[in-house]
Amino acid sequence: MTQLDAVMAKVRAENRAALIAYIPAGFPSQDGCAKAIKVLADAGVDAIEIGFPYSDPVMDGPVIQEAADISLKGGTQAADVFAALKVASDTGVAAVVMTYWNPIARYGVEKFAQSIADNGGSGVITPDLTIEESDEWIAATKKSGINPIYVVAPSTKDERLKGVTAKTGGFVYAASMMGVTGTRSTVASSASELVARVRTVTDLPISVGLGVSTREQAKSLAAYADGVIVGSAFIKLLLDAPSEQAGLDAISNLAKELALGVREGR
Amino acid sequence: MITEGHFGEYGGRFVPEALIGALEELEAAHYAAQKDPAFIAELAELHRTYTGRPSIITEAKRFAEHAGGARIFLKREDLNHTGSHKINNVLGQALLTKRMGKKRIIAETGAGQHGVASATAAALMGLDCVVYMGEEDTRRQALNVARMKLLGAQVVPVTSGSKTLKDAINEAMRDWVTNVADTHYMLGTVAGPHPFPTMVRDFHKIIGDEAREQMLALTGKLPDAVLACVGGGSNAIGIFNAFIPDADVRLIGLEAGGDGVETGRHAATITGGSPGVLHGTRSYVLQDKNGQTVESHSISAGLDYPGVGPEHAYLHDIGRAEYRAINDDAAMAAFELLCKTEGIIPAIETAHALAGALDIGKELGPHANLLINLSGRGDKDVQTAAEYFGIPL
Repeated sequence: MTQLDAVMAKVRAENRAALIAYIPAGFPSQDGCAKAIKVLADAGVDAIEIGFPYSDPVMDGPVIQEAADISLKGGTQAADVFAALKVASDTGVAAVVMTYWNPIARYGVEKFAQSIADNGGSGVITPDLTIEESDEWIAATKKSGINPIYVVAPSTKDERLKGVTAKTGGFVYAASMMGVTGTRSTVASSASELVARVRTVTDLPISVGLGVSTREQAKSLAAYADGVIVGSAFIKLLLDAPSEQAGLDAISNLAKELALGVREGR
Repeated sequence: MITEGHFGEYGGRFVPEALIGALEELEAAHYAAQKDPAFIAELAELHRTYTGRPSIITEAKRFAEHAGGARIFLKREDLNHTGSHKINNVLGQALLTKRMGKKRIIAETGAGQHGVASATAAALMGLDCVVYMGEEDTRRQALNVARMKLLGAQVVPVTSGSKTLKDAINEAMRDWVTNVADTHYMLGTVAGPHPFPTMVRDFHKIIGDEAREQMLALTGKLPDAVLACVGGGSNAIGIFNAFIPDADVRLIGLEAGGDGVETGRHAATITGGSPGVLHGTRSYVLQDKNGQTVESHSISAGLDYPGVGPEHAYLHDIGRAEYRAINDDAAMAAFELLCKTEGIIPAIETAHALAGALDIGKELGPHANLLINLSGRGDKDVQTAAEYFGIPL
């Protein structure tokens, strides 16, 4: 059982949703990322996703693309990702990595999974790894005892949902809508329909991401989802802030608001 | 479920789950169409009356004098409507788009040839068309931007990353993830997730099918070597495919060596890259030790891509095809030579294959017959060539 499994069980016992925050390693700087992780954990985030930035992020909108560019220009490598993961897990929250497949394949599949475990990580979210191409990865995650977390979308057919969730551990990542990452003013109705369909095929917790940025949205998602994932909203605050401290204050305030939201949905 | 779509360890699908439904739908539509006499007849009629197929073969006698005395035959895809082989693929995909009931196509383009071809097919079949093109390429290929606009397409300059073909594909994939319900992604090369490498090859294999018969009729035998330039690799697969079972026919792909593979400023993905995943497929990739894609460099916008089709990776690994890099300067010398010896202005992409033929001809000697895919015409490259040769405009 991973720390993530424990956190998802705990929030279920508390009859609420988990708040899951995303931040890329090396953003806004190596040091700034570590500070942001601690601020988010202090503000009540239950789990943190550390992004391993990739040069060709086809699932990401302009905000996360910009953060990834900044991080890569700063020279972020796998070692920095593992260091950030360790900072996160040391705070006591569940910590996972999110990245595209090529950086994992290049690092070495088994070695990558083991490094996640060695740094206190619970799992990895792989948005462009299909289950058909996953045999080596699934074997590696089993060996290292971490959760392979797959993304499902509103267009995923029921039969395929069964196949994907059967390979998944920790939680199922449900994309709220058809599109790339980025904040939206409303959460699409496709989110609740997708979560309902996933419920019929698995008992795993289901976390919803894509487009979430406000306490109201978190509250409405928490009514039916087990986790609420927020990424671009935090990154935008850090990008727009006049100083690093102002950025950290802003994400702290947003995380506290969202932490209230995930507790008032039911 | 993927039942096909791999070439040895290469190919496959590495895409967001959101796209799987559309890829499965496309795979089914393509396989059904390939067995449907009505589809086959409709595409053949379009090729006869619109593309201008079959394309002819021209023997390049004066050019061949510079290639060690070998005979050189040019498969004239440059004479197709829109000026390159790209029309073969887009007409097939546009017919599939209509069969799937979709109304909008998106496409990426580097040199603009595929963008122009896509805009052409969209105009012909009454589809909306959006073309993503790296901002750097819209500058290098301004004439083709104007052509696409005249044909009614919307051209979106892409400002992210290296501002070239790689980033145009990223942006097209983001559009597709968002609008997949009513949109078909008309990918322009034999890369990307399954079924694209197989489907795009199937639409281009007509090049090699025709050329094989034409060579037998012209010379009474198969050529000793078949040459084509390789960026993503669609024109090369198109002409190679019919000759793959002919073990005595050498298949040679010419990649863009840019300033030289040893300088790191090149686009020779097989020659200078390593296995990895890019744009939904496993193949050779130009990448650093962290798996980040490295920017490619070539004087030719159409070859300026850090990936390559997975079937080429496979043909390379099993030794059926060989791949060499041609530097910018060698390509431009061959470009000029074809202009002045044959009265044919080739695309700069194609000039890489011509430069390869000058080397291969000398290696094989005077009794060799070389078949080159003259994949595109060079009208779009006049400005680049004028700058290169110092011709005032």
